[in-house]
Amino acid sequence: MATNYEDQHPNKAFGWAAHDSSGLLSPFPFSRRENGVDDVAVKILFCGVCHSDLHALKNEWGVTRYPLIPGHEVVGLVTKVGANVEKFKAGDRVGVGVIVGSCMKCEACNQDLENYCDKLIFTYNSVDWDGTNAFGGYSDSIVVHQRYVLRFPDNLPADKGAPLLCAGITVYSPMKYYGMTEPGKHLGVAGLGGLGHVAVKIGKAFGLKVTVISSSPGKEADAIDCLGADAFLPTSDPAKVQAAMGSIDYIIDTISAVHSLPLLLSLLKLNGKLVAVGLPNKPLDLPIFPLVLKRRLIGGSDFGGIKETEEMLEFCAKHGIAADVEVIKMDEINTALERLAKSDVKYRFVIDVANSVSPK
Amino acid sequence: MAPVDHENEHPVPAYGYAARDASGHLSPFKFSRRATGETDVAFKITYCGICHSDLHFIKNEWGNASYPAVPGHELVGVVTEVGSKVTKYKVGDRVGVGCMVQSCRSCTSCAENLENYCPGMILTYGSKNLDGTITHGGYSNFMVCDEHFVIRIPDNLPFDGAAPLLCAGITVYSPLKYYGLDKPGMHVGVVGLGGLGHMAVKFAKAMGLKVTVISTSPNKKAEAMERLGADAFLVSRDTEQMQAAMGTMDGIIDTVSATHAIVPLLALVKTNGKVVLVGAPEKPLELPAFPLIMGRKLVGGSCIGGIKETQEMIDFAAKHNIVADIEVISIDYVNTAMERLLKADVKYRFVIDIANTLKP
Repeated sequence: MATNYEDQHPNKAFGWAAHDSSGLLSPFPFSRRENGVDDVAVKILFCGVCHSDLHALKNEWGVTRYPLIPGHEVVGLVTKVGANVEKFKAGDRVGVGVIVGSCMKCEACNQDLENYCDKLIFTYNSVDWDGTNAFGGYSDSIVVHQRYVLRFPDNLPADKGAPLLCAGITVYSPMKYYGMTEPGKHLGVAGLGGLGHVAVKIGKAFGLKVTVISSSPGKEADAIDCLGADAFLPTSDPAKVQAAMGSIDYIIDTISAVHSLPLLLSLLKLNGKLVAVGLPNKPLDLPIFPLVLKRRLIGGSDFGGIKETEEMLEFCAKHGIAADVEVIKMDEINTALERLAKSDVKYRFVIDVANSVSPK
Repeated sequence: MAPVDHENEHPVPAYGYAARDASGHLSPFKFSRRATGETDVAFKITYCGICHSDLHFIKNEWGNASYPAVPGHELVGVVTEVGSKVTKYKVGDRVGVGCMVQSCRSCTSCAENLENYCPGMILTYGSKNLDGTITHGGYSNFMVCDEHFVIRIPDNLPFDGAAPLLCAGITVYSPLKYYGLDKPGMHVGVVGLGGLGHMAVKFAKAMGLKVTVISTSPNKKAEAMERLGADAFLVSRDTEQMQAAMGTMDGIIDTVSATHAIVPLLALVKTNGKVVLVGAPEKPLELPAFPLIMGRKLVGGSCIGGIKETQEMIDFAAKHNIVADIEVISIDYVNTAMERLLKADVKYRFVIDIANTLKP
C-alpha cells in the first residue's frame, strides 16, 4: 500500500520532492511529526543547494529512496520546543545541517564526532527515529532533535550563511583535524565550487597563503579578485604546474569528478597532506612512490560533528565569512540543478524557502 | 666516455661482489675506496644484510642501476681508522651504516634531522657521490663514511642480527612514531611478513601494541603468533576473517611491494585510522574516496628514517633486545640467496658473513 505522506504525521508540511532518478522536483504536500520532548520545530527561511542533493536526486550513489526531499543547509526560526529543550526557544535563529540523528552512545558520539557514528540519520534520504522517511530542507518546516540543531550567530546573514552548514564544515573540520591552520603556511584548494570557494575564505582567515588549483583558467579573476586567493594554478598549464611542484603544505581537494592525484601530490612539500572531501564516484589512481619518498599523506573527512559545526559558524561570523550565493525561488529549482550540473553558479544556489514554498 | 678504472679510482684498494648487468648475477669485484678524510670513519665490515631493495637495484627494476653495482645498505663492523675531526667514534668501536652516506647538510630537511628526505641525499650504493664517483655498498670488505651517517651498535646487540635494523628496522620504526601508532594498547596491523614485516611485529610488541599480521599465506600463522609474538593473524584472501576484523585497528603498516588492493586495508582500520605504506609498489593503486571520507581515514607513506632517529631506533632495539631473525650465509651463496629472496624463501633476512667468507 502506498504511503500517504500527508497523513503520516500530525502537522501539515509542504515541500518539493523528486519521485524518480530523473531528479525532477515538483510540489509535494507531506507532514512532519509533532514535537517530542527533545524536539525543536523550525520554520525554514533558506536552504542551500548542495551538489550532494543532485547526486541523491539522480540516485548516483544507488541508495536513494523516493520520494526524496533533499536539502541539508537549512537556516530557520524556532517555532516550538519540546519540554526538555533548554538551549533554544521560539524565535531563535537556528541551523540544521547534514544529520538529524545518531546513536548518541558510541565512541564517536561521545567524542562529539556524531558525523562518524555508524548509525547516522541524515537530514534527507534516511530512516528517521520513528521509522519514517527523513525529508530535508526544500520544505517549509522541519522538526529535529535538539542535539542536532545548531545555534546560528546573529551577525551571519541567513541566506549566505546557509551553505556553511555543509560546505563550511566540510572544509573547516579537516583543516583543524589535519593541522592545516598554521599561519604563513601554504594551502592549495583544488576545485573552485561550493566547497572550494569557502575553503579559500576560511584559509585566508587562518592566515594561510592560498592558491586555487583549477582546470578552468577562466576562474582566475574570481579566485584572486573576489575571493582573495593569493595565487591561481591552472592544471592545464604544464609549465606552471612544474614550477609549483613541492611548494604547497596542504591541499583541500574538493573535486568530485575523477581527476589526477599524482599531479596534486607532486605539488606537496615534504610531510605534505592532501585531504579529499569531494566524492568522485570511481576510484582514483594513487601512486605510492610520491607518498613514500616525501612522507606525504592523503586523508578523507566527512562534514563535522555538531559542536564543531557551531564552532565553525562562530569562526565565520567573527571573520565575516559567508558563502557567495545566488538566491532562487523554489520553482526555479530544476533549472538551478541543471546549471549546478554544469558548475554554472557562483558558488551556491540558496532557495528562499520562506517566500516561495507554500501550497498554492 | 672512458670506462671507470674501479681499482684505481680511489687510493685505497677494496674488494667485494658486484652485479655487472641486469641479470643481477653477483661476482667478485676489485675496486677502491677514498682515503679516510678528516670527518670520515673507516670500518672493517663484519656483516651485511640483504635487503629486497638490493635485488630491485641489481636487476635495474627501478631503472636507476649503474654497473658494476655493489649493493648492501645494512652493514656493520669495527672501526679501523677515524679522521682528525671525528669526535663520536674511535678505533675498535662497533658501528653500522644504513641507506645513506651523505646529504646536503644545509636544507630544512637536514636541519630537522630528516636527511632521508633531503633532495641531495646520497645513497650507500648506486648514487653519485660528492666527488663524482658512484657509491659502492656493503657487500665489500670495508667502508669509509662521514661520521654523521655512522650509527653506533650497542654492545649487547649481536652484529649479525643488528645489521638488518639499519634499513628494515628504521623503515618500520619511523612511521610507527610519526603516525602516532606507538601508544600502548593501540592495535596495529602488519601487512606482509618478510624483512620489514617481521621487524614491525617486534617493534610494535615492544611498544606495547596489540599486533595482527595480515598475510596471503596461511602457513605463516604459526610463525607469526608463536615465534614473533603477534596477537592475531588474518588471511587476507579469507573474506570472512577480513570482515570480522573490520574497523578494529588503529593503523596498518603495509610492507608489501607487489601491487595489491588498499581498499580492504582501509576497511580494517577504525575511524581516524591510518594505512602507512613502506613497501613501494611500482604501479599506482586504486583509491576510492568514500572509505577515506566516511571514516576520516588516511593513507600515508614513509621512507627509511633520519640518522638521529636511526640511532634512537637502534638504542630502542638494544634496550628491548630486538634483533632481526636471520639466516647467515657465506658470500659465495649470495646468488642462490637472491633467488630464494625473490620467492620470499627466507626467515626473514639473509645476512652475509663478510668477515669470514669474503676473501680478496
